[in-house]
Amino acid sequence: MVAQYDKTPVIQTKGLVKRYGSVTAIDHADLELYPGEILAIIGDNGAGKSSLIKALSGALIPDGGEILLDGEPVHFTSPMEARALGIETVYQNLAVSPALNIADNLFLGREILKPGILGSVFRMLDKKEMEKRARDKMIELGLMTIQNISQAVESLSGGQRQGVAVARSALFGSKVVIMDEPTAALGVKESRRVLNLIKEVRDRGLPIILISHNMPHVFEVADRIHIHRLGKRAAVVTPQSHSMSDAVAIMTGAMEVDASTEAA
Amino acid sequence: MSSTDPKPSTAVLDHDKVADQATSYVAQFENTDTFVQSFQKFLHKYPIAAPSIVLLIAVFGFSLIVGDRFLSPFNLSLVLQQVTIIGVIGVAQTLIILTAGIDLSVGAIMVLASVVMGRMAIDYGFDAWLALLIGMSVGALAGFINGLLITRMKLPPFIATLGSWNVFFALNLWYSKSETIRSQDISTMAPLLQWLGETINVFGARLTYGSILMLAIFFVIWYALNWTPWGRHVYATGDDPAAAKLAGIRTDRILLSVYVLAGVVCAIGAWVLIGRIGSVSPQAGYTTNLDSITAVVIGGCSLFGGRGSIYGTLIGALVVGIFRNGLALAGVDVLWQEFTVGILIIVAVGVDQWIRRGTA
Repeated sequence: MVAQYDKTPVIQTKGLVKRYGSVTAIDHADLELYPGEILAIIGDNGAGKSSLIKALSGALIPDGGEILLDGEPVHFTSPMEARALGIETVYQNLAVSPALNIADNLFLGREILKPGILGSVFRMLDKKEMEKRARDKMIELGLMTIQNISQAVESLSGGQRQGVAVARSALFGSKVVIMDEPTAALGVKESRRVLNLIKEVRDRGLPIILISHNMPHVFEVADRIHIHRLGKRAAVVTPQSHSMSDAVAIMTGAMEVDASTEAA
Repeated sequence: MSSTDPKPSTAVLDHDKVADQATSYVAQFENTDTFVQSFQKFLHKYPIAAPSIVLLIAVFGFSLIVGDRFLSPFNLSLVLQQVTIIGVIGVAQTLIILTAGIDLSVGAIMVLASVVMGRMAIDYGFDAWLALLIGMSVGALAGFINGLLITRMKLPPFIATLGSWNVFFALNLWYSKSETIRSQDISTMAPLLQWLGETINVFGARLTYGSILMLAIFFVIWYALNWTPWGRHVYATGDDPAAAKLAGIRTDRILLSVYVLAGVVCAIGAWVLIGRIGSVSPQAGYTTNLDSITAVVIGGCSLFGGRGSIYGTLIGALVVGIFRNGLALAGVDVLWQEFTVGILIIVAVGVDQWIRRGTA
């Protein structure tokens, strides 16, 4: 799927503000994510990336500005509300329960019950259905080097675990997948597989917001790069229009760019 | 550092592109495990295996040492009767240990509930069913208090239940006036309270209704833990509470429900206790707290939460029962029975650690 910049942004923020006492974490931040793209967000520590992401995933309630989902204003008061509207988040770590198996993890908190009285009265899990859907998703994403869908997640490598977390977001995310440093804890080869997986998810039609400190990773997979500085967008560049050193210069304030010049 | 690299971005990307040519296996293991390592992995995959092996060895060993007397249906059903209370309370303890907690108050909840049941039925002359219901409510309330201390006041379970143990035990002495309700009074006024102590004969084995109820409780809780969303959430909460929360599980609610359910199971244990000893005594079941933890630990449940099977606890309770019974039949002094149980606990936890190390 090719990014469609002429369409309404899937998710957009306008003048988003969040203050903690006298500290302004988000200072009238704008952001647009278009259908079919990977938008990377980079920024120095303390630039307010995490606060922005938390606002998008419902973990933080902004003080001002608005969030638009498909052009409609939305207000999240919890991550559950954001998830219910199709916004999934993949966290750097703490993403999975090691002792549970892959299928259990994919459906954790969103289990499928057996139809009829077994499900409604006895609350019986439909394990077959969950395993089938889990297996289908893992195969679709090319993750089936993982042999057995009922093996415990703790027996998987770090990259495979992150694969499980990405598969979960792809299974339930209908609008947006937000990935917070998905490769930070991984080795070189594992990072590579996760990056390919991210592109795979994008190619299947889910736009992605990727937060990363790893410039080569960002420049490889991102369609556009949102550079965050001092609580707001400093610039949006593309890997074609700017070099990594340009991006770092903008990020650190060494280079001034007019924020309104859309690279798209 | 790539971030200060002056070259255009595309050139820099090549440095880990070569990783594409690397083998596509993210992790591949040469299968060079020794027999011991394979065994270790087997035990890790099937947490119920280790206690089962111990149980089989114990049964086999005692049948060689003691002979037919040990293996008779009568004797084996006696063991089952002896482990019934520990089994029921062990179910409550398993639920809590699966959430990485521990409950030192289970025995006190059981005795308190039994005293309430007895006094309601005998002193106040309530219908026996109503007395049982009130006793169950007391168990649920006690569990609820424990749950609130742990989820709202954020006390560590060990400390919260150490405190409530003393409180419940004191309440029990106060409410019972430290008096025992005699067996004859119960059998004339509220025989239902003793019903679980009655036996039925199955092929020479004398099963009590209490033992059958215990097996039923194990089945129900097994179902709840393995076949319902709630059970998956209990495991997830004990395994990694932060990950469980991110997955949208309200871990505090799960914990609270577990403590309340454990309280109710303890109150069912109170009914079984009255059936077993016939009377209602505020001093009964004093060792049940630690015995229940023993059964859970020998049953292979991890004290760190999230790992273990409810049937492991049944096997753990049976292992303790078989050792006590077998040693008694072999004429070994009681103190050496205690000694053996102590060794079993230490070995069980040691084996658990060893299994864990092997697959870390």
